[in-house]
Amino acid sequence: MAPFDDTQPDAQDAVIRVRGLVTRFGPQVVHDGLDLDVRRGEVLGVVGGSGTGKSVLLKEILGLIRPADGRIELLGRDTADLPEAERVALQARTGVLFQNGALFSSMTVAQNVMVPLREHTDLPAALAAEIARVKIAMSGLPPNAGAKFPSELSGGMIKRAGLARALALDPDILFLDEPTAGLDPIGAAAFDQLIRNLQRSLGLTVFMVTHDLDSLTSICDRIAVLVDKKIRVGTLEEHLRDSHPWIHDYFHGPRGRAARHAES
Amino acid sequence: MARERAWLESSRAGDGEWRLTALGHWDLKAAGDLSGTLDRFALDGGGAVSLDLSRLDAMDTVGAYLLSTLSDRLKAAGHGVDLSAIRPEHAALFDAVREVGPPPVERAETHHPILDMLERTGRTAVDGLREGRDLLSFLGLITITFGRLIVNPRRLRFRSVMFHIEQTGLNALPILGLLSFLIGVVLAFQGADQLRRFGAELFVVNLLGVSILREIGILMTAIIVAGRSGSAFTAQIGTMKVNQEVDAISTLGLDVVELLVVPRALALMITLPLLAFYADIMGLFGGAVMSYATLDITFGQFIRQLHGAVTLPHFVVGLVKAPVFALVIAMVGCYEGLKVSGSAESVGTLTTKSVVESIFLVIVLDAVFSVLFSFLRL
Repeated sequence: MAPFDDTQPDAQDAVIRVRGLVTRFGPQVVHDGLDLDVRRGEVLGVVGGSGTGKSVLLKEILGLIRPADGRIELLGRDTADLPEAERVALQARTGVLFQNGALFSSMTVAQNVMVPLREHTDLPAALAAEIARVKIAMSGLPPNAGAKFPSELSGGMIKRAGLARALALDPDILFLDEPTAGLDPIGAAAFDQLIRNLQRSLGLTVFMVTHDLDSLTSICDRIAVLVDKKIRVGTLEEHLRDSHPWIHDYFHGPRGRAARHAES
Repeated sequence: MARERAWLESSRAGDGEWRLTALGHWDLKAAGDLSGTLDRFALDGGGAVSLDLSRLDAMDTVGAYLLSTLSDRLKAAGHGVDLSAIRPEHAALFDAVREVGPPPVERAETHHPILDMLERTGRTAVDGLREGRDLLSFLGLITITFGRLIVNPRRLRFRSVMFHIEQTGLNALPILGLLSFLIGVVLAFQGADQLRRFGAELFVVNLLGVSILREIGILMTAIIVAGRSGSAFTAQIGTMKVNQEVDAISTLGLDVVELLVVPRALALMITLPLLAFYADIMGLFGGAVMSYATLDITFGQFIRQLHGAVTLPHFVVGLVKAPVFALVIAMVGCYEGLKVSGSAESVGTLTTKSVVESIFLVIVLDAVFSVLFSFLRL
């Protein structure tokens, strides 16, 4: 039996609450009765082997894929069968950074960041442009990046621009899909630090799908591991004591050890 | 006054110090109203200002930005600003926004509309010439690769050629057949209308035979194929470029032109003459049907009259253009596809460009052929 159990309602205020989630693709069952709570203000890292449905879980919480069964609550609202207006309002309170940035290639970075501002608020154009500039700078991009097109940016800059767009509306929850994938170690560490700083200053809750053990050890408060079609949540220390073979191999493997050493 | 979402209270202490207190929710929802109010905000007289942010209900980036610009403006107006009264949970965000600083001063560039227009005209002209030069060198590249393949035919991707023959040829038959048939119908109808005035209805067959075989059949085919297959070539190769498949081909020691361009060009050069012949037949058939329906010219009469009207050169003059048009369409389609750079948008722009350019070149070449044939008295 797992050393900790997440099926009990969490004592702390949960901004994402998943209960009994079942996901099926044809005969293949990806999630079977998965429960998960994400607490307000924490950075949760989600890990799991290839094909365990990390990105699928992310898309289900965002409402991009419908689960076969189960309930997903986002900020206290059941995401299934939400009226259109409430669904839009809920979307304005979440920000997503997709794996490859997913910037609109026909717009400049500043225009990309202004899309949610224009769509969800009635700010004067000059103020919206200023807010976009502030977000771009807060995401660690140089001032001249706003006028550039995504095709002119490097991979790391695209991620930062995607982050600026995700943060445009000051969301409550920030979803990150493999934020450090494709970045060099220095860039990845800087990006981790950026996420941590923004999380503190903006009071974000961060749901981060990642493979990067350094990110897990350095910025995540808790780690959710997808194993056996369910999820096990705990701190790094708790997972280190877990005897499940995959979890043991993951955290005690050479890379896991190296990341922990770097941290200590 | 009705309670707003966010507001500012000001009071002046006895020693002349202003005390500004921000209250309410300083966030995105309040920002529209706030920014208007704050732009007009000014304090009478000088003196120090203490901006109290400790009693805010909520603050987000926009609120922090507005408060930070407010304090900047007060400082610029000569007030000393004290910002020490802030709650710790807001301080981190406020500092992060303040760090961003004011916008960089942009040098205003002066534009003269006529000079701008001249510049654009020049740029377009130079771009057009450059495009022509690049297409010509691409044609050279294709020719060299063709030559290499003739010397060493085993390197030719036969399956790929067959696949593209099916895509560009077989699958185009329904649409091309229908359109050619309809063009034949329209030509016969319009021609008969005019020729009836001279009582020369039967000559509608001559009109149809010469115009369809020499010009219309091949031109229609080339234009439809440019729209159908030229665009497909650009989109296919462009998407491969975006996915870095083209780079992968080069790094694997394969030749991009040999692998992607030559099979398409060869396939089109085989199919376009066949399609043009098919379009000729369908066009004449449409004309014959219409002639029968409105002029009572039977199919037997139609064919007899056609024998007298057209000679082999008429037919050959039409078909000889087909491989040339095919090469132009395939070349432009592939060339624009290879020019795609990174973004999804450039695939779209270049696909449009490829269709426009190949239709343009087809019609220009058709005119060149006309001049040539008239010199040759064909």
